[in-house]
Order: sequence, then structure tokens, then C-alpha cells
Amino acid sequence: MPLDASDFGAIWLTFKLASLTTLLLLLVGTPIAWWLARTRSWLRGPVGAVVALPLVLPPTVIGFYLLLALGPHGFIGKTTEALGLGTVVFSFTGLVIGSVVYSMPFVVQPLQNAFTAIGDRPLEVAATLRASPWDTFFSVVLPLARPGFITASILGFAHTVGEFGVVLMIGGNIPDKTRVVSVQIFDHVEAMEYAQAHWLAGSMLVFSFLVLLALYGSRRGKSAWSSA
Amino acid sequence: MRISAPRLALTSLFTLFAFNSAWADDVQVAVAANFTAPIQAIAKDFEKDTGHKLVAAFGATGQFYAQIKNGAPFEVFLAADDSTPAKLESEGATVKGSRFTYAVGTLALWSATPGYVDSKGEVLKKNAFKHLSIANPKAAPYGLAATQVLDKLKLTDATKGKIVEGQNITQAFQFVSTGNAELGFVALSQIFQDGKVTSGSAWIVPAELHDPIRQDAVILEKGKDNPAAKALVEYLKGPKAAAVIKSYGYEL
Repeated sequence: MPLDASDFGAIWLTFKLASLTTLLLLLVGTPIAWWLARTRSWLRGPVGAVVALPLVLPPTVIGFYLLLALGPHGFIGKTTEALGLGTVVFSFTGLVIGSVVYSMPFVVQPLQNAFTAIGDRPLEVAATLRASPWDTFFSVVLPLARPGFITASILGFAHTVGEFGVVLMIGGNIPDKTRVVSVQIFDHVEAMEYAQAHWLAGSMLVFSFLVLLALYGSRRGKSAWSSA
Repeated sequence: MRISAPRLALTSLFTLFAFNSAWADDVQVAVAANFTAPIQAIAKDFEKDTGHKLVAAFGATGQFYAQIKNGAPFEVFLAADDSTPAKLESEGATVKGSRFTYAVGTLALWSATPGYVDSKGEVLKKNAFKHLSIANPKAAPYGLAATQVLDKLKLTDATKGKIVEGQNITQAFQFVSTGNAELGFVALSQIFQDGKVTSGSAWIVPAELHDPIRQDAVILEKGKDNPAAKALVEYLKGPKAAAVIKSYGYEL
């Protein structure tokens, strides 16, 4: 197998990035999805639209604005520099931030659908049994929304693995820090190293298929998105 | 003024045909990213002087190679190196005998901040920067030249953890121009016009610090029957194009 150390470095980095991104997205995405599912506020539309933006925007647009915003002249970059953290462009931290933005809808939307599908009834019943809102959330909502969490995790992970444009724009192609598999494949193709490109690209194809098979195959007859 | 929709459509359609017939000979050109600005200037003169229209796509040379080998509709290829056109020639993907050097690139160490880069490049040795941007050395000749310069100056180890790579020279430039990298190796053509550096500060790297960046052009198989492809190649060899190419800091 013609894969070398830099290829395995890229695979490990991609795995790390996707895992951390998924974890963060579950933490951040759950309250957002819950709010979107329950609120009657007029803000529901605008917030939902913002969360869904990465579905339609080209990754280059997100990458370009992240490059400007996180850079030393951007508002986020200025803040992080003032806090003594420096700028996060060209770093693993920067990629995590980019990936969280980029994969947000793939986690929030399945969760939101799962929460909506639970409906008011189980919550009202829990309330009559004097369960606190937190108790209700952990003892009633979480178990009922489990399929939604599984879908959200798989899609968030897989979508981050498939990320390319954002990483290309803010990564700087640094080995073991920002050179993920998709960029490594692009590099191989550009350098005309087609054998290595084939191995990596083929592995990616098989991996993606297996992930989606696990997702769709295990839940016959139900859509992955409306997960109740 | 109100124009009805059908009428607007008809007018647009008519305009489209009119343009098509006026420029019957379009030439599809794959252009190395570093040559973006000069070819745009040349294209204007070329269209005015010959009546042919130049349709340019910009990108990295390695990427163009893959696209050309897989049936991309390019008729002329202005590469960033001399090895890729030679490779295409040896594989029979070009018009024999059409290959020539249209420009020799100049490398520059550039910062968007005025006064940051001194005229001798001492800033590199001081090593007080966080990020040094270069183009991907595996795919872009300017990136390869940049690594050769660092080697020659014995700075490869010292700068190792600070190098960030753009996929092509345009992105290497973008990292510097947005301030994300304090400085970087770019093509002089990106920051040079009418004989001077247009913004920030730069060190024009002496040619002996790296292998020459010979940029070759070639007529591709798809362009063999297109008079506009031939016309463009001839035009590039002419004095008018040469003046433009030189004004962007290339040698000939």
C-alpha cells in the first residue's frame, strides 16, 4: 500500500477533527435545537435560517469570511489577540471553529426534528409528576430523542470528514495540524501522485458509504432527517 | 422605461447571437494563477488587435494537467513551469513544436505592511514572524523556488514550524494580503506594476537563489484547428505582449 506517514497523519488528524467537532456540536447544538423546537418567538425563523446557511453557502464563502473574521484585522481575531490567545487561523483550533460552523445544520436539524416529534404531551405528564425542567430533559426528552442524537452524531462526523473548502481557505496545509485527508488528496492529485490519491480517495469512498449504510440501513422505512 | 419580458428575452437572445458571430473564434486558455493580471491586460489588446476572444481559466498547473488529461476543453496552456508542458508534449497531448517560454518568473518576499520587509530580506533571518506563507512546493513552481531560497539561506529548519502553504500562488498571496501571515513568498507579478511594488514592502529575491522559474506555453490537442489559438501564441511572442509581461516584473 503506497500510503506514507503523511497520509496516516492526515487520516488521524481528520478523525480527531471530526470527533471533537461532533462533540462540540452536540453540546452547542442541543440547546439551539431545543429552543428552535419549542419557542414561539419571532426569532425562530431568523435563527433557523442562520443555522441552515452552511447547507446552501459554498464552503469558499464560509472559509473566506472566517479567514477575514479570524485574522488579525477581523473582529474575532482582534478579540482573541486582545485576550493574549493570538489568532487561530492556520491552527487546529481554527479548523475546529470552522468545522463547527460548517457542520452545524447537520447536527441541529435532526435534533430539532426529534424534539419536535416528541410533542407537548410527555413534557406535561412529566410536569404533573413534579419533574423539574432539567429532570424532564434528561429523563424524558433525551431517551425519546435518542435516534435523533445518533443521526445528528453520524451526520456531523461524516460531514466534517468530507469538509474541504473551509479547511483549504483557513488551514494553510500544515502537516499534522491542518492537513486533513481531503486536502491531502487534493495535494496528491496536484502533484500527479495518482496512486496515493487513489488509495486515499478510495478509502474515503468506502468509509462514507459504510457510514451512510449504517445510518439508512439500520432504520428501514424511516427518513434519517425526521427521526422520531 | 418598461420592457416586456418576451421582448427582453428576444433582445438578449439577439445580443447573444450578435456577440457570437462577431467573435467566432474564441480561444479557451488555461492560465497559471501567477499570470492572472498580465493575461487580463494582454487579453484586452489581443481582442482589440485580432478580433479573437480569449476565455481564460486560472488555477494551479498540476490541477490543469489532470483536467487536460481528462478532456478539459482548453486549447492553449500557459503553465507556471516548463516541466508540465514538456510532459504533456511527450504524452502527445499538444501540437508538436508549439512549446515555448513565454515568461520567466521572479520571486518576491512580500509583506502587506509597509517597511516590514527590508530590501535585502534580512527580515527572514531575524525570524520574528509567526507565519511565512508559500505556495505548495509540490504543485507550484513558485513554492518550490521558495523552499530552494530557504535552503540556500540555511533557514529551512529555523522556519519549519512557521510555514503555511497556499494551494497555489494566489492563495499564498491571499494569506499575506489578509494579514494572517506577516510575510510570504509570492510572484513579483502579483505585487508589481509599471516597474514598482504597488503595496506593502518587498524583497525581490535574486535569481541565483533558486532554479529559474521558466513558464512555458503550449497549444493543446483541442486547439490544433483553431486559428485563434495560433494567433494567441504568436501574439504572446510579439513586442506588445512582451512589454506588458515585462511591466509585471517577469524576465523574458
